[in-house]
Amino acid sequence: MSTVNSAAIARVAHSSATTEAPWVRYTLVALALAFLAAFLLLPLVSVFTEALRNGLGTYIEALTDADALAAIKLTLIASAIAVPANLVFGVAAAWAITKFEFRGKTFLTTLIDLPFSVSPVVAGLVYVLMFGASGWARPLLDTTNMQIIFAVPGIVLANIFVTFPFVARELIPLMQEQGTDDEQAALSLGANGWQTFWHVTLPNVRWALLYGVLLCNARAMGEFGAVSVVSGHIRGKTNTVPLHVEILYNEYNFAAAFAVASLLAGLALLTLGLKSLLETRYGSELARSQKH
Amino acid sequence: MSISTFLARGLFQSDAARTTTRSPIPGFPLALGFTLFWLGLIVLLPLAGVFFKTATLGPAEIWHIASSERVLAALRLSFGTALLAALLNAVFGLLVAWVFVRYEFPGKRLFDAAIDLPFALPTAVAGIALTALYAPNGWIGSLLEPLGLKVAYTPLGIVVALTFIGLPFVVRTVEPVLRDVEREFEEAAAALGATRAQTIVRVILPSILPSLLTGFALAFARGVGEYGSVIFIAGNIPFVSEIAPLLIVIRLEEFNYAAATTVAALMLVVSFAMLLAINALQAWSNRHRSRHPAAATKENLR
Repeated sequence: MSTVNSAAIARVAHSSATTEAPWVRYTLVALALAFLAAFLLLPLVSVFTEALRNGLGTYIEALTDADALAAIKLTLIASAIAVPANLVFGVAAAWAITKFEFRGKTFLTTLIDLPFSVSPVVAGLVYVLMFGASGWARPLLDTTNMQIIFAVPGIVLANIFVTFPFVARELIPLMQEQGTDDEQAALSLGANGWQTFWHVTLPNVRWALLYGVLLCNARAMGEFGAVSVVSGHIRGKTNTVPLHVEILYNEYNFAAAFAVASLLAGLALLTLGLKSLLETRYGSELARSQKH
Repeated sequence: MSISTFLARGLFQSDAARTTTRSPIPGFPLALGFTLFWLGLIVLLPLAGVFFKTATLGPAEIWHIASSERVLAALRLSFGTALLAALLNAVFGLLVAWVFVRYEFPGKRLFDAAIDLPFALPTAVAGIALTALYAPNGWIGSLLEPLGLKVAYTPLGIVVALTFIGLPFVVRTVEPVLRDVEREFEEAAAALGATRAQTIVRVILPSILPSLLTGFALAFARGVGEYGSVIFIAGNIPFVSEIAPLLIVIRLEEFNYAAATTVAALMLVVSFAMLLAINALQAWSNRHRSRHPAAATKENLR
């Protein structure tokens, strides 16, 4: 009797007081989708329509231009260095933070996140102050005669800075949840440290690792502010794809600017597609507290 | 014990090592040593250089630069527009998170993936796309023009760009917390005679408030330093639509390192303060979540 009653009450409560009237629901959904369409989808659509405004010929011409190809090559090189660097760092940081207890751990985690809250322009500026014409670390370089600012190494450094936390922050929450039981089992069965890492820890976190690398790569290839400060904008030499977009745009060569921009938009779409594929397929193997 | 092991243990002593004499898992000195080395080399040392350089200027010159009209106008604009955009995002981000957690509708998965677009789309691309849309002859700009509303090349354009950039921060922070809100609490409130509006304001809102504030702070912090998406749509007129990061770039191009560095140091101080505030908010949010006995049980069962 009492169960029937409470079930009936629950049903009534559910229908009338724990959800909204249909017209409210439809209005809220319509409002939210209109907002998303205006703010997210329209800009994306406009990139491709503007790119193709003057026809396919102009589009292909803009992409096969020598300066555009040089920019694409530089972008690929810079992220091919920055992403692995942060991958190694992310794994090491996650290993230290999640497998051991030590004082200052929370503080260290905060410091790793620091580059996310620094303006990209400041991220570029710090390296100009360090390695620029009168930079404070300049004496270290004088013996090697190495050019960092207005050259490729500066662009790589700026990319490493802005993508610094990506891999670490994907791995840390997941490895925290997984604890150290698997590693302890492997060690007690006679595996050494590296074997445990390669055969136990790494397979456990592979999808989260890929997820972090994916986001890290998207940011590295698309970074604008930090790279803009250190690059010097030398056409064909220190121009990355985003900087090439800016140059074309400032020359009022809009169709070409949007054509090159559409490459980056395509990269963003690919990243989002792979990201949601990872989330649906391997959601349980990613950290529960997913933030991106 | 080797010397490097000894040093690493001394600086960041492992509690496990202290209690069990030897940690069962190897690699602590190597992993922590490399982490600290790389963090110091890439992030901490270069950032410290900004403060070092600013300190060599002396208080009089720092004050002279920081209190100049143009710097103050740029900082006011950056903070003002970031605040406005974060507020807009708090409202619409909450709406979007609510709709995605509570309702079903066609195209939900597509829209869900689209929410992360601002994270994935390079800022320069977002900047020129938004400018094309909101320029007087653009798809949205041409609709607003007859109403006397100019968006592109005005401070309003900056707010639009920062709203685009900040949206996912609010949605992705509020969403998981809203999903965790126990329906039982709402049913209890309803059974005790609360109207739906009362239930939302008194039961649901308080439990998601910390996460909403965290998302707001994240969006705000990102907006203050944003550069790529803003410079195309802003118009960049000194005293009117010139943001602080752009002023740093302009001073750098004039080789006026003192002015560039001082503005950067001011912005860094604010970044650090924001980071601490966000950490405190997140800690509050986590405490808040685990205080609910039901939520805590669920957490333990997972």
